[in-house]
Amino acid sequence: MLVTGKGGVGKTTVAAALGLKAAARGLRTIVCEVAEQERLATLFGQAPDGYRERELGQGLFGISVDPERAKAEWLQYQLKSGTLAGLLGGSRIFQYLTAAAPGLTELVTIGKVWELAQLQRKTPKSAPYDLVIVDAPATGHGMAMLTAPRTFSEVARVGPIHRQAGIIHRFLADPAATGVVTVALPEEMPVNETLDLGRWLQRDMGKGIDRIVVNQVLPERFSSEEAERLEAADSSAAVRAALTEYRRARIQRSQLRRLRRATDAPVSTLPFLFAPDFGPDQLQALARKL
Amino acid sequence: MNRILARKEVCVCAGSGGVGKTTTSAAIAAGMARRGKKVAVLTIDPAKRLANSLGLPELGNEERRVPGDFGDGELWAMMLDAKRTFDELIEWHAPDPETRDAVLGNRIYQELSNAVAGSQEYMAMEKLHELHQEGRYDLLVLDTPPTRNALDFLDAPRRLSTFIDSRSLQLFTMPGRVGLRVLGRGTGVVFSVMKRATGIDLLQDLSEFFRSFGTMSAGFRERAEHVNALLADSRTAFVLVTSPAPDAVTEAEFFHHRLLDQGLPFAGVVVNRMHPLAANSDTALPGSLGDELRRKVLRNLEDYRVLAERDKASLDRLRSILGRKPMITVPELDDDVHDLAGLERMNEYLFGVS
Repeated sequence: MLVTGKGGVGKTTVAAALGLKAAARGLRTIVCEVAEQERLATLFGQAPDGYRERELGQGLFGISVDPERAKAEWLQYQLKSGTLAGLLGGSRIFQYLTAAAPGLTELVTIGKVWELAQLQRKTPKSAPYDLVIVDAPATGHGMAMLTAPRTFSEVARVGPIHRQAGIIHRFLADPAATGVVTVALPEEMPVNETLDLGRWLQRDMGKGIDRIVVNQVLPERFSSEEAERLEAADSSAAVRAALTEYRRARIQRSQLRRLRRATDAPVSTLPFLFAPDFGPDQLQALARKL
Repeated sequence: MNRILARKEVCVCAGSGGVGKTTTSAAIAAGMARRGKKVAVLTIDPAKRLANSLGLPELGNEERRVPGDFGDGELWAMMLDAKRTFDELIEWHAPDPETRDAVLGNRIYQELSNAVAGSQEYMAMEKLHELHQEGRYDLLVLDTPPTRNALDFLDAPRRLSTFIDSRSLQLFTMPGRVGLRVLGRGTGVVFSVMKRATGIDLLQDLSEFFRSFGTMSAGFRERAEHVNALLADSRTAFVLVTSPAPDAVTEAEFFHHRLLDQGLPFAGVVVNRMHPLAANSDTALPGSLGDELRRKVLRNLEDYRVLAERDKASLDRLRSILGRKPMITVPELDDDVHDLAGLERMNEYLFGVS
């Protein structure tokens, strides 16, 4: 399950909350971070620990995929020999070529995600997962990651890259194997980007968005009649804050309606949390709402 | 902002996603245009956000003049088309039509320039450089991808140099095994292992690609160096954009650190979406509201106080790393900013009420 969406909408949070939910239902689940940052561990009150499958909770695991490590793993698997892989990985020409080929990072990253999702793991002594949740990059780069296997499979025409990239592409395109969750905010631009993503997915992968999660939805505290009374009242910080809340909530509702009208995908919402910080408690609260 | 950008020719807005970076870039550009400058704003974001911000239906690879009254100034905007910029570069650098056609027609080139992440970042730097060279604008404002990709973006010129570094290209431009021998013993083994790992066809395409690309490498490297020099120039200003959310502030700190590390001219921070802290004395409510509404209003105020206190702590954190560099705060606005009027509202904070 790939979780993507515009930058700053809470992809990591939603991926983690989905992970909690899946694990609670008895699925052995792993949440993958794919950028250089490690925010997941912090959400679970743990110290970041890099490229290692580690337990975050009951039946829930996490990993931060490092492309360099993923590349080394892929080579080793490919050549079935640590010595040859070491030779190649350490070779100057190979370094030049792989650093030069943009898109290879995306390919080995999504390749590692694919590996985690296999019942027969390539990584020695590792147990299979029922569900792999990917905290994917923002919309445009997320799409680049999804389409990287097909690009490489087409460039390579024949040979092992062609074959493997093709297998990974088919796995990602298969709606029974891979789902896409898009996270949005009830604001104009995140809604636009969600709709764009739906079109790109259809065009490049031949599939739709499986679910849209709209994050940070404000409560509807004040009715329009109450807002009128507040408008008429003497202005104070409290009244101004209430009217701001009323206006923002109303704009959010109209964006939410626009999204629902323009998409076939099911839409869920998560509430805005008025909390000084975001930690394990807030995460649990959101998981319960999903 | 006027002071930050006095005597600057390039303004790079950087920061994590969802902090209003695209909107801030557009607002800065509009504000400077209104102050009599001829300004162009460039976005390299894959999504068409800037077009939305400027109320334009679409932006092409060419700058377009934004309609509106900017007095003596002018506002131009463009959305980068990475593929087209890449093609234009090839046309520019190719020594002859045969090489140009060989590269443009090569499958590796087509796939890389079309479909692959990262080329957008390379090409943004190129376009920035090109526009700066042409000198048609007083100020160029560059919107950048979110911080997670900002590493790529700052590295883009260097990566481009590596990509076309002639030492690696020599391998492919020399016929047969002679080229391989240049790199010393073991290279033959490396190549035969690579064949097993990748498939021979890919290598043939690659070597063909590098062979035709090789003739252009010197020009490309020179340009990449110029781009690096432009970014580090004192006529360039890096403006960090963030929101007061703790995650965003952490990324801003990280990015600030990197800018200083690379000796890039950091100029200040814009903090969007601030929740202002209301004074305690200002919470008196008229009795006319009735008990229920009063209760709701106070509850709401309490919730916003939590956010305002969180935001204040974030500002303190930022201030402690900024030194003497300016920090500009913009409150959360009631509506999304998606047109010139919205940008103007934002500019009351970015530029101060004039």
